This record gives sequence, structure tokens and C-alpha cells, in this order.
Amino acid sequence: MTKKVFGKPKCLKENVFHYCAGCGHSIVHRLIAEVIDELDIRGITIGVPPAGCAVLAYNYFDIDMIEAQHGRAPAMATGIKRTLPDRVVFSYQGDGDMAAIGIAESFHAANRGENITVIFINNAVYGMTGGQMAPTTLLGQRTTTSPSGRDKTKDGYPIRVSEVLSCLPGTTFIERCTVNSPPNIIKAKKAIKKAFQYQIDGLGFSMIEVLSPCPTNWKMTPIAACKWIDDVMSKEFPLGIIKDIKSSDKGEKSHVS
Amino acid sequence: MNKVLMQGNKVIGEAAIRAGCRFYAGYPITPQNELPEYMAENMCRVKDGVFIQSESEIAAIHMVAGASAAGARTMTSSSSPGISLKQEGISSMAACELPGVIVNMMRGGPGLGNISPAQGDYFQATRGGGHGDYRTIVLAPATGQELADLTMDAFDLADEYRMPVMILADGMMGQMMEPVVFKEPKLRQYRERYVLKGAGAGKSRFIRGLILDPRAMEEHNWKLARKYEVITQRETRHEAFNTKDAELIVTAYGTAARIAKGAIKRLRDTGLKIGLFRPITLWPFPARELQELSRRTEEFFVFELSTGQMIEDIYLALCGQGHVNFYGRPGGVVPTPVELAHVIARQYPKKDRHHE
Ligand SMILES: Cc1ncc(C[n+]2csc(CCOP(=O)(O)OP(=O)(O)O)c2C)c(N)n1
Ligand code: SF4
Repeated sequence: MTKKVFGKPKCLKENVFHYCAGCGHSIVHRLIAEVIDELDIRGITIGVPPAGCAVLAYNYFDIDMIEAQHGRAPAMATGIKRTLPDRVVFSYQGDGDMAAIGIAESFHAANRGENITVIFINNAVYGMTGGQMAPTTLLGQRTTTSPSGRDKTKDGYPIRVSEVLSCLPGTTFIERCTVNSPPNIIKAKKAIKKAFQYQIDGLGFSMIEVLSPCPTNWKMTPIAACKWIDDVMSKEFPLGIIKDIKSSDKGEKSHVS
Repeated sequence: MNKVLMQGNKVIGEAAIRAGCRFYAGYPITPQNELPEYMAENMCRVKDGVFIQSESEIAAIHMVAGASAAGARTMTSSSSPGISLKQEGISSMAACELPGVIVNMMRGGPGLGNISPAQGDYFQATRGGGHGDYRTIVLAPATGQELADLTMDAFDLADEYRMPVMILADGMMGQMMEPVVFKEPKLRQYRERYVLKGAGAGKSRFIRGLILDPRAMEEHNWKLARKYEVITQRETRHEAFNTKDAELIVTAYGTAARIAKGAIKRLRDTGLKIGLFRPITLWPFPARELQELSRRTEEFFVFELSTGQMIEDIYLALCGQGHVNFYGRPGGVVPTPVELAHVIARQYPKKDRHHE
């Protein structure tokens, strides 16, 4: 007798991902789908994808979805969640979306403690529009609009969105993960599940930041991109739980309390 | 139903709640602050009523879009500079075919301008305002009673055609107290077909504005255009006042129409045959109805609280026929009916004009 040990999550559609080879978006999509399956919330979940490489997320997730204008997903998710408080609502946003054009919507949704979950994909560039500098681009990192490397005197510093939002009393659980290796993928899934669970428990705003490879715009092979996350990117954006309002119960340590 | 004395901004709020509005988001701006304040106080009266003071007008309109997609009757309000910020979301709602009511209590000037009544946002309201090939139905009340009635109608129109509907009034209408009777709302429901509530055990759905396939994009734009054509055929509204025997037709909307009516009544008393044509829908513009009138008289006079915006629709409606004169006061100073009467009287056609 054969036993099935691995398969496609139920709430992913059959469509083949359009993302580049080695892109983190496809891995994170899969993790979210697995979590939705495991929590058995497919029927009550509404997703809000952004403008950005994930704009076509509704082609992949077999759940109700509504696309937001660039940066506005947290406002849209607010409208949905306040109308349907017993649904599970998540936004899925890039770093341009979350930290540049949509910083006000992100900051204030977090500050209101909206009971939603944000999946925040930090790939340190604007992927969809061709690799321009993002608010999260590292100092010295070359992009099409920082051709000689991001310069702090001209371009300012990379924004640590998770740390910034963790200072707001409305946020409950924020963890920074990455999907550059199997152990890290497993950790990321655990974090995403916990973030959704916090929402289901009605605790307030939860966010998972995922350091995600963009081999295409980093001009690296997928393997080199994964290594770069370990060697460089995670130095600027340290992995781990950044805020967990339940951490005192569990004895977990958070960076910011 | 009893008559109540109520300020314009509050009338809209009360009418909205009675019409089933269950989600309001907005950001303060004078001269419409009494409206969000009214919603803050009264949304809790109804089950599932939500009021949010948003961080910006941009956030407010996108909250409205989200709530609309989730099935609520929604409203946001602002005044000119804030409406400029909302245009991104209005365009997006038009693309996604999401209903919602947007109130613009216009104020003076481009930029920050000032808070005095004006009608300088006509182009923005009737030509789309945001990017892309879309329209919003624009209703222009002229009395407190109409603020109530048209607000209720706005929710039905928005739902019926699945699109944003704008109430275009101005600071004066928002601030004025008038007696109002709240009628029974129709409360027609059109929603369930497309609203996102989570897929349940069924098929999942999505709502989107991005359409990458060029053919599908063109088809979507034609679909919207066909809808706008139907609305143009079916939904124009206007008021004709003393037009039957008129030798001069004054056209004006909203507050300007009200002042014009006062002026016309005075001039009628002196024997001048003057009528008023007041568009109530600014888009779709009641062009056919105005054309009808042009069979009877060639003399038209346009009065706007702007340097001249609706006048372009008058020209389009008349197709180059008739004489059109214009008087505009672009924000700040609003003329009295007596002042306007003097201006109109000067334009009254001399009997021998046709023989010149
Ligand atoms: C108002 C507006 N400005 C600009 C754009 C163009 N645009 C689309 S996606 C994007 C950046 C996306 O970058 P990010 O959010 O980091 O997501 P990624 O593509 O990297 O996943 C930009 C600038 C837009 N769609 N709307
Ligand atoms: S451009 Fe970057 S973020 Fe976009 S799909 Fe390709 S690898 Fe992924």
C-alpha cells in the first residue's frame, strides 16, 4: 500500500507560478496555502494582494481575493475586516508597497491594531518594475536607480519595517523569517501559522516579514541569492521574533518589548 | 414622517444611515466636518455600523473599496483637496465595479484655496477625475430636501450599476440649516452575486482592476462604456422652472441654481420671461432635455461658481446653436439673487435681436 506523504496544498489552484526561478514569492505562496489548509480556514479567508510581482496572486490561491492599488492593501483589508469581523483577512505586500508608497496605510493599520495579518515580502528591490531601489535596499546595494550603490547621504537608510511597527502598541506578533533554505522555510511556515492564529484569536495586527530572494534583479543565480541573504541581507535585517505580546507567558525573548 | 430642521452635512449623514450605509471612513476637512462627526456619533445606532477616522483621504477611499467588496453599503466624504486624493481609489472602484458613495462639499480654488463655497470641481467630477476611461454618476442637490433624497438615491444607483456615485455640493449647502423630511428609502439589494465573504465550501472569487491581456482589457473598457451608455439613456435628471414661455433660459446647478431661482423670481415680477434649467445629474448631463428647450428659445445664460466648466456641457448639448452668455464667480464671493438679477437682466434679449 502506498501512502501519500507530500502534495499540493488544497487551496492552491492548478496554475503554474509566473515568478522567476528562485523567487521567494512562490515559496511563500505555498506556505500560506499550507497554513490555510492546516487551520481549515479556506472558506472564511479573504486575501488582499498588492501591486508588485504578486499582483496575480488570485491566479494561484483558491480563496476569495481582491487586488489593491499599490500600497493600499492594509486600508482595503481594514474595510473588509471591519465589515466581516469573523473572517480571516490577510494582505500580501512587497517592500515598495509596505514601506514606501503604503507606509501610511501600513503604519496606521498596525497602530489601530487591525485584526489582520500582513505577509511582508522584503526582497530589497522593486521587483515588478524592474529592480529599482526600495526603502529596504541595503547601503551600497546597486539597483537600476542606485547604479553606484545606495548612498545614505542621498538615499537615506534601509527601513526596518518590522522594528518600526513593533514599537506600536497595536501590533501583537512580528517575526522576520527567510525562505532561503529548508530549515528556514519550515521556520517561516511556523511563523505564518502563528500570525494567522493570533488573528483568529482576535489579538490584533500580526505581521511576518520574509527576506525573499529576487535573483533576477539582484543579478545572481538562485543559489547565490540564497547565500546573499545569509551573508549580507540578514545582517541588516536580523531574523527572529521581533515582537510577541505573548512572549512573557512563553518565556520567549523579543528584540523589542 | 416629521419635518426636522437640520444642517446640510448632517442631513447627508442621516439619509445615508437610513439608506443602509453601514461603513463610513473619512478624514477631516472643512467645510464638511459635521458629516464625519455625525457618522461617528450615529453609526453605532445601527447593527454592524462602522465609522473609521482614517489617516488620509487615500486610506479612506480604499477602506471604502474593501468594505464595499465585502458587501457593505459604503460612504466617504471630503472637500476639494481631499477629493483629489481620493481619485486613485475612485478610479480603482470604477475599474473593479465596486459601488460606493462619495460626497464632495466643494470649496474655493485649486491647491489649498479656501473654505468658501465654489463649483470648481465640475470637470474633475464629471470627466472621471482619476486616470483612465471611466465615469462616475454625479448628483447635484440644490436644497436640504434634495441632500436627503439624492443621498438615498445615490446608494441605489451605486448598487444598481456597481460604480462610485458622487454627491457634488458645496460648503454653503453643507452648512445651511433647512427643514427636511426623510422619505422611506428603497433599500434595493443587488449585492450577493459578487461580494467577497470568503469562499465557504464553494468556488473562490476575485475582484481585480489589473487586466494584463490586451484583448481582455479592451473588452473590459467596452463593457464599462456600454454601462455608461445605458446610464446616459436612463438616468439623466433635471429641473425646469418657468421654462414654458421663457425667452431666456438660465442654466445653473446646486447653490448657483438656487441663487439663480431667486433672481429669476424677481425678474419675472418685472415682466421678463426668464426660466431656469437645472441639471440634477451633472453626469450623465441632461443634454437631450436642454436641446428640447433650444427649440423654443435661442438665448441661454450660464451661471457657475467657477470660471466656466459646466458651460462646456451646455455648448455640447446645444451643438453650437443659440447664444450662450456666461457669468462666473469662482469661489470666495457668492453673489446675492439681487446682484445676479442685475447681471441677468442685462442679458435679456432685446426684441429686435433676431432682425439684426
Ligand atoms: C501608484 C503607483 N505607482 C507606481 C506603480 C508601479 N509599481 C508597480 S509594482 C511597484 C513596486 C513593487 O515593488 P515591491 O512592493 O517591493 O514588490 P515586488 O515587485 O518586489 O514583489 C511599482 C513601483 C503602481 N502600480 N502604482
Ligand atoms: S522579479 Fe524578483 S520578485 Fe519578481 S518574480 Fe522575479 S525574482 Fe520574484
